[in-house]
Amino acid sequence: MPHILVFAETRGDALRKFALEAVTAARALADGLGGEVHALVAGPPGIAGKAAQLGQYGADVVVTVEDASLATFSREAIAATIAERARAGGYRAVVLGFSAQGRDLGPRLAAKLDAPIAADVTEASMSGDAIVVKHPAYANKVIVTLELSGPLAILSTRPSAITAAEKPRTPRIETMALASPGAAKVTVKEVVEGGKGKIDLGEAPVIISGGRGLKAPENFKLVEELAAAFGNAAVGATRAVTDEGWRPHSDQIGQTGRQVSPQLYVAVGISGAIQHLAGMRTSRTIVAINKDKDAPIFKVADYGIVGDVLEIVPALTTAVREAKSHH
Amino acid sequence: MKIAVCIKRTPDSESRFKIATSGVSIDETGLKFDLDDFASYAVEVALQLNEKQGPGETVVIAVGPDSVQETLRKAMSMGVDRAVHLKTDVVPPDGLAVAKALAAELRGGGYDVVLFGKHAFDTSAGVVGTATAELLGVACVTAASKLDIAGGKGTARRELEGAAETIEFTLPAVVTIDEGIARPRYPSLKGIMAAKKKPLETKPAQLGAPRVKVKSMQLPPDRPPGRIIGEGVAAVPELIRLLQTEAKVL
Repeated sequence: MPHILVFAETRGDALRKFALEAVTAARALADGLGGEVHALVAGPPGIAGKAAQLGQYGADVVVTVEDASLATFSREAIAATIAERARAGGYRAVVLGFSAQGRDLGPRLAAKLDAPIAADVTEASMSGDAIVVKHPAYANKVIVTLELSGPLAILSTRPSAITAAEKPRTPRIETMALASPGAAKVTVKEVVEGGKGKIDLGEAPVIISGGRGLKAPENFKLVEELAAAFGNAAVGATRAVTDEGWRPHSDQIGQTGRQVSPQLYVAVGISGAIQHLAGMRTSRTIVAINKDKDAPIFKVADYGIVGDVLEIVPALTTAVREAKSHH
Repeated sequence: MKIAVCIKRTPDSESRFKIATSGVSIDETGLKFDLDDFASYAVEVALQLNEKQGPGETVVIAVGPDSVQETLRKAMSMGVDRAVHLKTDVVPPDGLAVAKALAAELRGGGYDVVLFGKHAFDTSAGVVGTATAELLGVACVTAASKLDIAGGKGTARRELEGAAETIEFTLPAVVTIDEGIARPRYPSLKGIMAAKKKPLETKPAQLGAPRVKVKSMQLPPDRPPGRIIGEGVAAVPELIRLLQTEAKVL
């Protein structure tokens, strides 16, 4: 049977949001083939507890790999494990999220399994014997439709591009040992968490982003307060601001930074350089606050307010808090 | 150290793109092509590593049509010693096929480190570097935002979406380079003159039969035109109303 294998990425003891999106993409492909979805979840002991949630989103089989060494990203061992499972046969595709881990694992799997790969896909479907995917290229300015031939393909799905949908079933559970890739060539020495409870930019439904219009790094606290008022928001920044050292490079949204598609993107003091628009123009709703009414950000903003961000943002924070308290 | 940098030639990211009449590629008329931004960081990192570590050799490699020779010369004008052009009329959208062509060239080349950009502007797929490492069976660091090599081993930092890891790796290694690691130098006039005389070798790219092909290309649907709803603090209540009733995100 032509089944789909999906790698369900976790962080800490939770499945990542895009892991469920990848399961949804895998479910659609499996349904097109009349096959099953097998989700592989790997982590420290206890991670097998995620099986029910994976079944909720459409996994027929959950392959659990528990190993204490998986507290950090053991890329070589995980790639070897997924490849071993994929080689065990019956798979038409391996699907994973296009995340920091997925960007590393996907090409490793392609090379190990000699399978063609399409990265950063926003749609995937069967077309006869071929897998057809959509991949936004040239900084989201061109949508490329790719066709992958061959018995097995590797696909990584862009976070937030696919909406995770419940397709509940009770999955069969299989356990698997972590494969040994031989002598480790890469060893994790240290992991620094970016702040407790911080929502990642790739997964946040709301993103509040600040640019040079904030005038000084300390004014980013206004952006953080607005994000806190929403409660489900992450804070981003423009390249100009990260280059100045006001915010870490990892917060940069744009063509060379993170590319995001939240439900709501609030651009605070951002002029809207092409480099920035490339990272956020696929957001569902865009709000822009900027003093210059001719700023290019207003060309993509669903709702624009012209004026001083240092006055408007605190007023908006108060109003959002108020609106949230009425719920 | 002997360092290879695999580079890509990509169009200026600020361009407006049109689809060619074939429907399966962009119209290159009027587009300006140059060394990809991430590849330029990789070239800079390679040059700095060899400047710091004493005598070594830096080699730049590109897969593509004859036009990539201009880009290879640019890297040499920055200070790279020599170039290899793996020739093909079209770079296929099959990252593994490109990785195989590069691995065939790199294998047995005696490189201590092979650098790539973490991805290139055109596809942003980031497949080729990591797949090349795997084909070569060497250590791989994907998207390093800091890199240090000393005493026969390497240390790198990688961003992990809200976290960061510091990793150690063995040599030889493939490292793909993230932004913010180094500011690429401008070629000096002397460098540009010198680059003209540096060796550039051309060979056919051993791509095999690509298994990924472009079926079609489209421009994305336009966003509705932007709308300014008001000025100053007075516009905040209207924004809240629209977020609640129209966008339904609050």
